Amino acid sequence: MQTMEQSLNELRSSFASGRTRSVAWRKQQLRAVLKLIHDHEDEIFNALHQDLGKHPVEAYRDEIGVIEKSASLSLSSLETWMAPKKGKLPLLFYPAKGEVLPEPLGVVLIFTAWNFPISLGLDPVVGAISAGNAVILKPSELAPACSSFLARTIPLYLDPETIKVINGGPDVCERLLQLKFDKIFFTGSQRVGRIVMQAAAKHLTPVTLELGGKCPTILDTFTNAHDMKIAIKRIVGGKWGPCCGQVCLGIDYVLVEEKSASTLIKLLKEFIQIFYGENPKHSDSISRIVNKDHFERLRNLLRDPRVADSIVHGGSIDEGKLYMEPTILLDPPLDAQIMTEEIFGPLLPIITLKKIKESIEFINSRPKPLAIYAFTNDEAFRKQIISETSSGSVVFNDVLVQFLCDVLPFGGVGQSGIGRYHGKYSFDTFSHEKAVMQRSFFPELEARNPPWNDFKLQFIKLAFKFDYFGLLLLLLGMKRVGKVL
Amino acid sequence: MGSEVETNEEMKKEVVVVFDVEAASALVKELRGNFASGKTRSYEWRVSQLKSVLKMLDDHETEIVSALRDDLSKPELETIIYEIAMIKNSCKSALKQLKHWMAPEKAKTSMMTFPSSAEIVSEPLGVVLIISAWNYPILLSLDPVIGAIVAGNAVVLKPSELAPATSSLLAKVVGDYLDSSSIRVVEGAASETSALLEQKWDKIFFTGGGRVARIVMAAAAKHLTPVTLELGGKCSVVVDSDINLQVATRRIIAGKWCANNGQACVSPDYIITTKSYAPKLVDSLKQELENFFGENPLESKDLSRIVSSNHFTRLTKLLDDDKVSGKIVYGGGRDQTHLRIAPTLLLDVPQDSLIMNEEIFGPLLPIITVDKVEDSFAIINSGAKPLAAYLFTNNKKLRERFVMTVSAGGLVVNDTTVHLAEHSLPFGGVGESGMGGYHGKFSFDAFSHKKAVLYRSFAGDAPLRYPPYNRGKINLLKALMGGSLLGIIRALLGLSKA
Repeated sequence: MQTMEQSLNELRSSFASGRTRSVAWRKQQLRAVLKLIHDHEDEIFNALHQDLGKHPVEAYRDEIGVIEKSASLSLSSLETWMAPKKGKLPLLFYPAKGEVLPEPLGVVLIFTAWNFPISLGLDPVVGAISAGNAVILKPSELAPACSSFLARTIPLYLDPETIKVINGGPDVCERLLQLKFDKIFFTGSQRVGRIVMQAAAKHLTPVTLELGGKCPTILDTFTNAHDMKIAIKRIVGGKWGPCCGQVCLGIDYVLVEEKSASTLIKLLKEFIQIFYGENPKHSDSISRIVNKDHFERLRNLLRDPRVADSIVHGGSIDEGKLYMEPTILLDPPLDAQIMTEEIFGPLLPIITLKKIKESIEFINSRPKPLAIYAFTNDEAFRKQIISETSSGSVVFNDVLVQFLCDVLPFGGVGQSGIGRYHGKYSFDTFSHEKAVMQRSFFPELEARNPPWNDFKLQFIKLAFKFDYFGLLLLLLGMKRVGKVL
Repeated sequence: MGSEVETNEEMKKEVVVVFDVEAASALVKELRGNFASGKTRSYEWRVSQLKSVLKMLDDHETEIVSALRDDLSKPELETIIYEIAMIKNSCKSALKQLKHWMAPEKAKTSMMTFPSSAEIVSEPLGVVLIISAWNYPILLSLDPVIGAIVAGNAVVLKPSELAPATSSLLAKVVGDYLDSSSIRVVEGAASETSALLEQKWDKIFFTGGGRVARIVMAAAAKHLTPVTLELGGKCSVVVDSDINLQVATRRIIAGKWCANNGQACVSPDYIITTKSYAPKLVDSLKQELENFFGENPLESKDLSRIVSSNHFTRLTKLLDDDKVSGKIVYGGGRDQTHLRIAPTLLLDVPQDSLIMNEEIFGPLLPIITVDKVEDSFAIINSGAKPLAAYLFTNNKKLRERFVMTVSAGGLVVNDTTVHLAEHSLPFGGVGESGMGGYHGKFSFDAFSHKKAVLYRSFAGDAPLRYPPYNRGKINLLKALMGGSLLGIIRALLGLSKA
């Protein structure tokens, strides 16, 4: 067994050897990631079922499929991403060439979360590999089957001298954070995010923090019954579908006009029944709560009597199975914990407003969420939401699908995080954009050098204005070198 | 001199208005309220502030030149080029391109989310703090302020107390010309800075040294505030032997002594050249230095002075190091009263000397020699990553190796520091030399959040997204994610094996 320091030293020296920089190495590793998830599909299904009770469809859609997609995209786009970008230089510097060349940062540390233990682990790894870095992946100890799967299989498929998995609890995290990395990529809570960034400051290490927040869903009043139905179907699919609401991007609460609340509740109940049957406890299509601590945390949210009174559907639990029923609450008090902290579970508060436009103020009086979802066909209201609220992303008439859209940057703002990834953005997150300027020895502008005089001053002023005609006149002696000051 | 300083301190104590944590918190609260009103978001507001910056610089050019003369004895022409003209240039190019920068960027969506459309909207981060440095006290203050303005933020600028004349001039003119409901200057030193750092900002932009940068980032971590850190490092210059020596020499001098007498974060810190070429290079440097600054450079008006007696002492300590003092081949003159140090060349200083282990930030230029010029890249890479690295060569292979293997914020071949003036290139460091870039569009991006916006219609609602789940849904999903059309059709027709 290597110590942590030995692992890091090995990674540093293999990075210094330069092998991670080649296109061939990057592609080989990306193909290996694809092979890993293909060869072990059933094992991944099992691990996810063990850790979270995830159904294989969910597991494929939210984990394996996500990696399949992002590794394939990287494979086909790598050369384009790696190519230097030309910068246009002004005539003043002629002849010169300017470009921005992406280069790997070095050895990077990736902390992943337990709710999507495969995709939130491997997706940033794909980004780090694409950008040519050496990697330490620290999976979450709260999804033990998945983390031991990753620790067991990654060394068999990926280059073990440049990509390592280190498992362990908070003590291991703490020790890792003492070491100097060239980038830390963290997915998890705000509390730990702060600790990670503080530790990173000691070594001036840049961080990407993928956090969460209370993601609101605005549901406008629809005249068209079909649209209303689809909207609510998507809300149910987005709230309880992925990992039973234990998602950073998940719907935290719904904002709706008073007059539409009853239709909303009625349709929510209907779809819950269609999706999960009479008694969702027996459905294999819904995940369970990750562990006792989180189960307890969620149960506590409901213990406040004012909150318990607001339950209009569900509320049943089975502690032994860590099962919590899809639960709907109508207008719980806004100062209750359920409305002040991220829920991260199957509870869905509905907050009624007189006018749906009030939702903007409601959202703006709270920390910036990772996402805002809005179901509306009102063009003006959409524009208002985009320009007057702030969040990592905004999705109209759907939920969670932005995660699959690799042309969009995925990441938070304010309390919901720092930095972004997915697709090309993952590559950028793990790259340094190096500015490169190349000049020849000809011609040399004398005006750059002292001793200074008024001619040089005039010259420089014209040059900065890009006044090429004035410059020409000055050089030909046809422009007066006036006293400048 | 000691007593003079004391009286100054006493006088200051009497007039200083206390800016403590409470004052800082009130300031942020006020700016937050004004930011929330949405006024800084409009295109018109941004343009009007940029125009005011231009007018401010035009109206006060004389005062700026004289403030910088007070703070650093900066030659007028240096002030005009590197402080005033650069800022005007930033304003003008921003004015030209702002509409384009602000426009949402369309993004192509894939089959997975069909039918949909997507865009990336740039939005202001909110209320930002800019902490600036003393060496280019106008440029390093206003250039980030312009970035914050073009992105639509409210701003607090904290200029460096080590350039007091410029700091108070900035406080005055920014107050007179810019919208004081959203743009403020807070003057002060360490205690004011810590009061500011305790507040919650939406972005902190810091220019300075690595030690304070760590404090800034740790303070930012408490509020999960993103940071841009513009630091420095030992910027090396590699000189090959097949070059136009005179031009190279002049360009090195221009980047070193004609840029605030070496007190710049992109200044050449040391030179690496071959043993055989070093004498020629030294001769050429001597010759050109004399052409530029005359026989007695301590008297030259074309050189800035050292900013403070602390820095003067720091620099003379580097020179008086036993390992180094015998290596001076040119210059070495100093004038403590006027805080002047002459351009100084040192040949073959040992790697373990003080001067080779900290950023010099002054007019001293050590030259290290190697057997083969190729060996210099390993020397650069063995240290912390610098903000810039320079190479003079006509050898194409060497140039390519330099670009591929040397890691630094920016690289320039056959010149020094000019990349700083180039708005199409990001300016910023990597590793110890900083994080985050700015200039031109990169400044706009540094102060913007890129919000992902996805539009969907109610059509195209695939049942496979929803429970109850079954094997057929997995097959269809696989086909969809893989983008195989045949697979999709087979799965839809139920032909895939369950």
